[in-house]
Amino acid sequence: MSINVEQLSFSYGRKTALSDLNFTLERGEFSALLGPNGAGKSTLFALLTRLFSLQSGSIQLQGLDLQKTPTQVMQQVGVVFQQSTLDLDLSVQQNLVYHAALHGFSSAEANARIAIELDRMSMADRANEKVRALNGGHRRRVEIARALLHQPSVLLLDEPTSGLDPQTRKILNQHVRQLCEDQQLTVLWATHLIDEIHANDRALLLHQGKLLSSSTGQNLCTLSGKEQLAHAFEHLTQQTVAAA
Amino acid sequence: MNMSSAQYWHCFRGVLVREYLRFIQQRTRFFSALVRPLLWLVVFAAGFRAALGIAIIEPYETYITYEVYIAPGLCCMILLFNGMQSSLSMVYDREMGSMRVLLMSPLPRWFLLVCKLLSIALVSLLQVYAFLLIALLVDVEPPLWGYLTALPAFLLVAVMLGAIGLFISSWIKQLENFAGVMNFVIFPMFFLSSALYPLWKMQEASEWLYWICSSNPFTYAVELVRHALYMKFDLLAFSVTLSTTILFSLLAINGFNPQRAAKGK
Repeated sequence: MSINVEQLSFSYGRKTALSDLNFTLERGEFSALLGPNGAGKSTLFALLTRLFSLQSGSIQLQGLDLQKTPTQVMQQVGVVFQQSTLDLDLSVQQNLVYHAALHGFSSAEANARIAIELDRMSMADRANEKVRALNGGHRRRVEIARALLHQPSVLLLDEPTSGLDPQTRKILNQHVRQLCEDQQLTVLWATHLIDEIHANDRALLLHQGKLLSSSTGQNLCTLSGKEQLAHAFEHLTQQTVAAA
Repeated sequence: MNMSSAQYWHCFRGVLVREYLRFIQQRTRFFSALVRPLLWLVVFAAGFRAALGIAIIEPYETYITYEVYIAPGLCCMILLFNGMQSSLSMVYDREMGSMRVLLMSPLPRWFLLVCKLLSIALVSLLQVYAFLLIALLVDVEPPLWGYLTALPAFLLVAVMLGAIGLFISSWIKQLENFAGVMNFVIFPMFFLSSALYPLWKMQEASEWLYWICSSNPFTYAVELVRHALYMKFDLLAFSVTLSTTILFSLLAINGFNPQRAAKGK
């Protein structure tokens, strides 16, 4: 499913958080949302997940408007939030059953889907453990399994690897890429860690609430005349600061 | 695809089960929530028994001890603390994370909030009945069927207090922490009601205090429970409690805004 964002702006009182964003993410595409802290990434996620109400502009999934048909849109969206939203005192299974119920699944449907998703994440043997007993990487895997329970066609991940060690970050990133390929999931992966982005990924570069680029990583490098994406990213964001 | 009624039911069941699981996980919170009303019942009531004589009043058919008088008010006190605490934590506490999960459901937001309020209310009832069980030890013995007839009254009062809590947390920024709510909402609501003393006693002391107590919805909640516990129905108390529940549920749902909570963090 494609995501189409048009003329999206948002402000907290007088402070503008997002200004006139326009971009499209194609079906089955892994896109990165890049930006330093305070760039507006979390606000964009809050709008994409209906946590915040739109102030101006529109968000559409495969032509369905988020504001007009929230039920249909939210059935297609899976989310992994920046901060863990798992209930630490409940088991992995109990957390997932809760999420499935929120999507209207019966117990039998939920258990069947949970078994599949936990297996996919190599977490099937941890189903009855309390989340508190899991390490950060495993908790993230559970959150990804949870986001996929209702078989969405869009997966939004807000800095899913923050606080994880490099090895775990790499594994998670590869895993989501594999999902994207296998299931034709449209993935938006917010991060400020450049090494998580491949040269041919679409990279939405957000800075001070504005979208500086929505091209591939490679094009970003060409555009900025830099060889490495990290340098291109630095160059483009600094240019904006200088222009401001 | 629109959601079916079965899906709505599964959603409600899921929210309720989670609330129950959290309740049994947090046993210390359960016991500490029971200590407060039990202190009132065992210590405060023992001390005040001599000072306060209770005449025969509705719904009681005979003279009663002070413990018997304040028991319904203390049940409502449990619901008051639970309702306020849970509703506030829904918006401001660490619970904000779980609120995000709740709001990711494709079902309408009003339905999710009603599910949450009802679930909190139903789980609070377990505490109320645990309290009533212990209260038997100090001779608070309502008729056996009274425990059943009081059930819908407890539920309605619990939803009313949860809705008031949610409304407050959505609108009054200054009361973001629980201590503020205790001082400015819970204590005035509790003390300015018929929970601890009959209103005619209050009228003898001060006409304007009596007027405030008579305008307090918590008074009617307590009276509804008091009557229901003795298998009687107080129409006025029911009407005021029901109207307050509907009014604050509508206001709370209408005013619910996670954006405000996120900004305040």
